[in-house]
Amino acid sequence: MVNMRAALAWIFLLLTLRLAAPAGAETMPLTIGISQFPANFNPLINSMLAKNYILGFALRPLTVYDKDWQLACMLCTRLPTLENGGAVRETLPDGKPGLAITYSIHPEARWGDGVPVTAKDALFTWEVGKHPETGVSSGELFRRIVRIEVRDDKTFTLHFDRLTFDYNAINDFQLLPAHLEAAAFAKPAEYRTRSLYETDTTNPGLYVGPYRIAQVVRGQYVVLEPNAAWYGAKPAFPRIVVKAIEASPAIEANLLSGGIDMVAGELGMTVDAALAFEKKHRPEWVVTYKPGLVHDHITVNMDNPALADRRLRQALLYGLDRQTMVQQLFQGHQAVSNSLVNPLDWCYDPKVRSYPYDPAEAARLLDAAGWPAGPDGKRRDAGGRQLSLELMTTAGMRNREVMELVAQQAWKRLGIEVTLRNQPARTFFGDTVLKHAFPDLALFAWVSSPENVPRSMLRSDMVPTAANNWSGENAGGYRNPAMDRLIDAIEVELDRDKRRALWSQLQALYAEDLPELPLTFRSDPFILPVWLKGVEPTGHQYPTTLWVENWRVEGRPR
Amino acid sequence: MIRPLLLRLAQAALVLLVMSFLVYGLMGLMPGDPIQLMAAGSPTMTAEDVARLKAVYGIDRPLVDRYWHWLAGALGGDLGFSRLSAQPVAEALGPPLRNTVALMTCSLCLALLLALPAGVAAALKAGRPLDYALNLTAFAAISLPVFWLGLVLIMIFAVGLAWLPASGVETVGDGGGGDRLRHLALPVAALALAGFGHYMRYMRSAMINALSQDWIRTARAKGLSWPQVVLGHALRNAMIPVVTILALDLGTLFSGVLVTETVFAYPGMGKLIYDAVMGNDYNLALAALMLATALTLAGSMLADLLYRLLDPRIRHA
Repeated sequence: MVNMRAALAWIFLLLTLRLAAPAGAETMPLTIGISQFPANFNPLINSMLAKNYILGFALRPLTVYDKDWQLACMLCTRLPTLENGGAVRETLPDGKPGLAITYSIHPEARWGDGVPVTAKDALFTWEVGKHPETGVSSGELFRRIVRIEVRDDKTFTLHFDRLTFDYNAINDFQLLPAHLEAAAFAKPAEYRTRSLYETDTTNPGLYVGPYRIAQVVRGQYVVLEPNAAWYGAKPAFPRIVVKAIEASPAIEANLLSGGIDMVAGELGMTVDAALAFEKKHRPEWVVTYKPGLVHDHITVNMDNPALADRRLRQALLYGLDRQTMVQQLFQGHQAVSNSLVNPLDWCYDPKVRSYPYDPAEAARLLDAAGWPAGPDGKRRDAGGRQLSLELMTTAGMRNREVMELVAQQAWKRLGIEVTLRNQPARTFFGDTVLKHAFPDLALFAWVSSPENVPRSMLRSDMVPTAANNWSGENAGGYRNPAMDRLIDAIEVELDRDKRRALWSQLQALYAEDLPELPLTFRSDPFILPVWLKGVEPTGHQYPTTLWVENWRVEGRPR
Repeated sequence: MIRPLLLRLAQAALVLLVMSFLVYGLMGLMPGDPIQLMAAGSPTMTAEDVARLKAVYGIDRPLVDRYWHWLAGALGGDLGFSRLSAQPVAEALGPPLRNTVALMTCSLCLALLLALPAGVAAALKAGRPLDYALNLTAFAAISLPVFWLGLVLIMIFAVGLAWLPASGVETVGDGGGGDRLRHLALPVAALALAGFGHYMRYMRSAMINALSQDWIRTARAKGLSWPQVVLGHALRNAMIPVVTILALDLGTLFSGVLVTETVFAYPGMGKLIYDAVMGNDYNLALAALMLATALTLAGSMLADLLYRLLDPRIRHA
């Protein structure tokens, strides 16, 4: 009888444990909140972060920058370099120097319908990418390729028309499945509307990553399911749902109500919203802030005679307590920037000149520049003209507007009158910045990439004018032949140590000239449940989803 | 009857034509263009890419040329292709239109269901405690920002009580009628509450006005019961201004409500139109705005017909 009772007790205990254990947790889907729904799904058409985030689950580029910002192979087997013989210098038919780079596709790589990924896909992708009518957003890479040589099913050689330091980075060369997409390319001008990525988005054959897109409800969500043809490590989730929720409060409400499990840092909440969330709900989620490549700065109009004086620009930076401003706004989750290069980038020079808050030095520089303070504390030049500047930014972006107010107050203390004039983003970027039409100062952000040469932002011939149809992004009108030479030299310097030295010179010149007043590199806040491990924010434009097979579940409650 | 109707239809067609040109022109006058904005967010796009894409999407052509091209297509039944949603305009409009019609119809019906009896009751008890209480409720409903109200509803019913979903149109993998109704509950409640205040105030005012007319006294003198006077005479007359307001609101049934849609992540026409205008997706924006305009005009015509039903003086005039 006792044994019977003991046996029943054991059974009861086992049943209880069975029910209480998180069995089945590994079969539960992962639901992610992002703030935008992608406009389209073709990887080459349109550049949009939401699309890149979702396609990160389902596609694999040949090369990519990894979480340590080092170039690595994803779909290829070995990164070709001049040193390992994968890249070879050559002379083009027109006598100019070129480069032949050979890539091998992973031998087991197959599209979701089982068809192997081959060099034919590379050839087809190049045809699409270089065609002027297909609407490919970043065509520069494809235009640089003069010829593709198919060596075997899995190997092909790209012949480039130039030799640059990033010669083997073909991150934008996102392979397309020729066996499915060729029909849509029959009329190139209609490709962007006839591509199966738009007309048959759930076709498994379009995808080569750990997941494939299984369902799309436009404007609402995308469902991803494991790709049976995936050759790498098995991903943890039987299903991933990516929901588009635009407003930060709505994202927070969904997180709290269980509508979503996590918020993507790449395009989720703003830092201030994440900070507020973290204060209220820390135990169930881990909030990680990853500094990224969005650089908040104040661009200076160099055509303004007063601001053309470097001493005035330096005085403005010395007179602004950026450390306190950033600390107050972002509570230590963003750092003050001293360079246009992110400190996470290998070419960042930690010895670059910084401008610690020093109002005395700012005042000395202003005096030296011919703007002494009068009895009323206001600064005037010899002609009695008051030093007055207009600072502009986008209306409605809280963090920018707060930074703008802090700058206004700080410079007012130096005797500089600062007026604020903000515009809607569309007007500000579409007209004012694009057409170099701000009188003095414009606060906004640049988006860059690892080791991004600032050609379009700082080279003299990149000043937008009516003559060049407002092309180029040198909105401040900065012109310095020394900077031009450095930009040109960096682009073609293959030796990493020599290039590092050039980058140091460029950063030193930037810090000395201050064509922009650097403020901070923005952080991406990732809000992850405590049971989700392996998500490693990158900080650059290649999203965490490209490494989704490393995500895993530990102790997820049912 | 036929002749005035045809005249109204001709007028409506002219209004639509003028509106299409105005909308197209105003969008074209907006500063900047989406390709430039796309380039600003993409470090790998070059100035050459920008120029090429402008040509591909036709943004580099004169505005008038583009308008005529669009008009010719639209008259032939081809609304074009939506650049922002990468699909034909008719397909892009379908789901948001359905969502918006469901949301707005439910919220309007609920608002009217509550507001009309409340307005009548307030008018009948004008200056009494019930009137004050209903007015207070109406003003509170009008004054509360829908954005805030939506968030409060979410925090109570989705986060606190976990009775209803916080956002969206359907649960992934479900999408049945019941599931969609559960998703509709909170946005409908938020919008209905806001609408309640407006309609209740209109109804109360119109009813007080009707009740003060001589013919109400005459009807009473004839021996009609108070319910017959209120429902058969006063209410019928008071409905005329309310019908006018409702008819003008018909367009909003299809043009959506941006703020509510954003709070509840509800993909409807408001968000679609906003994104299309801001993204210079001319084809999509024009089709959506023309639809809203056409329905407003249709609502106005419908109101005229309803006047004839409600008021014999108009019918016989």
